[in-house]
Amino acid sequence: MRDLTFIVLIKQVPDMDQVEFDYEEGRVDRSSAPLEPNPFDLNALEEAVKYKEELGGEVIAISMGPKQAESTLKDAIARGADEGILLQGREFAGSDTWATSLALGHAIEAVGDFDLIFSGEKTVDGDTGQVGPEVAEFLNIPHIAFVSGVKARKEDEVEVVSESWGATYVKSMELPGLITLTKDVNEPRLPSFKDKQKARKAKIANWGVEDIGIDQENLGITGSPTRVANMEVPPPEKRESMLLREDPGSAVNQLLEKLDLGRSK
Amino acid sequence: MSEVMVFAENNGERIHPVSYELLGKGRELTDKLEGDLSATLLSGEQLPAEELVYRGADRVYRGTDPALSEPVETSYKEALVSLISEVNPEVILIGATNFGRSLAPRIAMALDTSLTADCTGLDIDEEKNFVQIRPAFSGNILAHIKSRTSPQLATVRYKEFAEADRNEEREGEVVEVKVKISREGAEKVKIIEEKRGRRVNLEDAEVVVAGGRGLKKESDMQLVEDLADTFGGKVGASRPLVDDGWIEREHQVGYSGKRVKPGIYIACGISGQSQHLAGMKESDTIIAINNDPSAPIFEYADYGLVGNLYEIVPELIRQLKEGN
Ligand SMILES: Cc1cc2nc3c(=O)[nH]c(=O)nc-3n(C[C@H](O)[C@H](O)[C@H](O)COP(=O)(O)OP(=O)(O)OC[C@H]3O[C@@H](n4cnc5c(N)ncnc54)[C@H](O)[C@@H]3O)c2cc1C
Ligand SMILES: Cc1cc2nc3c(=O)[nH]c(=O)nc-3n(C[C@H](O)[C@H](O)[C@H](O)COP(=O)(O)OP(=O)(O)OC[C@H]3O[C@@H](n4cnc5c(N)ncnc54)[C@H](O)[C@@H]3O)c2cc1C
Repeated sequence: MRDLTFIVLIKQVPDMDQVEFDYEEGRVDRSSAPLEPNPFDLNALEEAVKYKEELGGEVIAISMGPKQAESTLKDAIARGADEGILLQGREFAGSDTWATSLALGHAIEAVGDFDLIFSGEKTVDGDTGQVGPEVAEFLNIPHIAFVSGVKARKEDEVEVVSESWGATYVKSMELPGLITLTKDVNEPRLPSFKDKQKARKAKIANWGVEDIGIDQENLGITGSPTRVANMEVPPPEKRESMLLREDPGSAVNQLLEKLDLGRSK
Repeated sequence: MSEVMVFAENNGERIHPVSYELLGKGRELTDKLEGDLSATLLSGEQLPAEELVYRGADRVYRGTDPALSEPVETSYKEALVSLISEVNPEVILIGATNFGRSLAPRIAMALDTSLTADCTGLDIDEEKNFVQIRPAFSGNILAHIKSRTSPQLATVRYKEFAEADRNEEREGEVVEVKVKISREGAEKVKIIEEKRGRRVNLEDAEVVVAGGRGLKKESDMQLVEDLADTFGGKVGASRPLVDDGWIEREHQVGYSGKRVKPGIYIACGISGQSQHLAGMKESDTIIAINNDPSAPIFEYADYGLVGNLYEIVPELIRQLKEGN
């Protein structure tokens, strides 16, 4: 039998705690923040590596983004991926989720046979959570979204826990398929110093439009069905806070009076 | 004529209330577009459609197939894609529930069309363009999005819009649609187990009392539970407590947990990082208990009790009980 092939989709995003939001100008200054792998994608990667550790096979990390996203793929290799592929070129820039999914889908087809694709539940910047299921639809494979636990890893099937319809479900899915992972699924490992050193020297394959055989009319701002017409940066919703610093007894008393919870006194 | 279609998510028993909110908003949109408002009701066994009419649907497309009795996206996608291709609505609104956010992208890709996620505002501009407003960058900005393809799909947050008024006098048409689902696709995902009921419904709670890392040990969760009980509310938590296994993840409030808007939110020993705020900052009244006067949570609270939660929480319980 052929070895199992696992694909992880990883987006490079700004560290959200360090992005500066200019409320007056209504701008987001991404350059202020260092770049890192989307946090949920590390959960996806960890799950792929666990699968490989249990059943053998290969983990391929794919990212679409600018040249500097190579560092995110190297990070993935340090954390257990075997290979990194970067979809890169100005044609890809400005793609919405449909165009991004089309590009990632073509890249996966170019990789060849695969068994399970792992993506994050959403990214911390674009924040749509649409790319995973859109890629699955493009590839005509089943998917399960918002996976919070993996119960059984098999060669032709995966068993996972996810929530929908106000209930918690255990579902099994025939492979090939795709799952999107929440942060509850695992605790991503930290790469060792040795792994980091090794990853630094790893070669990241750079693929362009020709390599994946996609029509570039479907990419970028012009190829995307949606467009961000305008961005608002609303100031944080701070409140006029009434601070009660007295001893607990009188602070609580004051609070309850203010809340007017029908107390006497 | 441009039709606005609302997907009425249901679990075979109950229509999700976000559907009624979408009908309310949908009516506003059709008024501006001079179009019709429809609802799509898909289920395993036939469900009554009147309620959707009472809430404003001019037409209800009802489809029934055993494959729709379980939350399997590919089956729902097939049913919806064939219906949409027949009816050609201009706008399709889907609740941004887990199921809606998982299903909608498959439909968008199958129809090669636009989709916006988790919208909090919807409007029609002067040129009759559909404008979709949605938070991005972890809730820090609002993006206004326009589409150049049709139909235009959007998933919309629960509890963002008011439910449509209910009027039993309203009349509408119920169209029974033939559902086409390939068995082969439906069988690729199987339900092994379903746990219902045990889940806490934090989203609908009137009072949420949440604990954070200010709690020193797992058994101290009891304190938070007692306070929640005294208020007749539900227990929430910040992420570190969930990560440590002190409480189940259904209780997590925040960007990667639940988004809640209760009448009263009480944060006990929570610092107020942006990812936590993303889940509770729209609560009516926010009360923070924290022993660090510079904790960011105080800037987002209506009332701040500065002090030790181990003294304040028991006192709060005592006085609440005394008051009753
Ligand atoms: C403010 C703003 C709002 C936007 N709103 C919309 C919108 O409503 N609709 C729309 O179609 N587009 C929208 N976009 C564009 C969208 O952000 C981009 O298409 C982006 O390339 C992918 O979407 P995402 O970040 O939301 O990813 P998500 O769909 O949230 O990502 C889910 C998972 O898919 C994988 N993934 C996503 N992107 C990549 C990538 N580049 N490389 C590898 N894996 C990836 C990761 O595993 C990730 O965890 C918006 C962009 C901005 C800046
Ligand atoms: C991608 C991503 C997603 C995330 N999603 C979420 C999410 O959904 N929800 C979430 O909550 N977090 C989330 N986080 C984590 C978030 O960034 C914070 O780490 C977390 O909210 C901190 O929890 P906390 O306030 O309980 O702990 P801390 O920040 O450690 O705060 C504890 C507070 O307790 C106070 N305290 C200590 N002792 C006492 C006492 N005796 N009496 C009173 N007060 C006391 C301290 O002064 C302090 O302010 C996310 C992070 C990332 C990167």
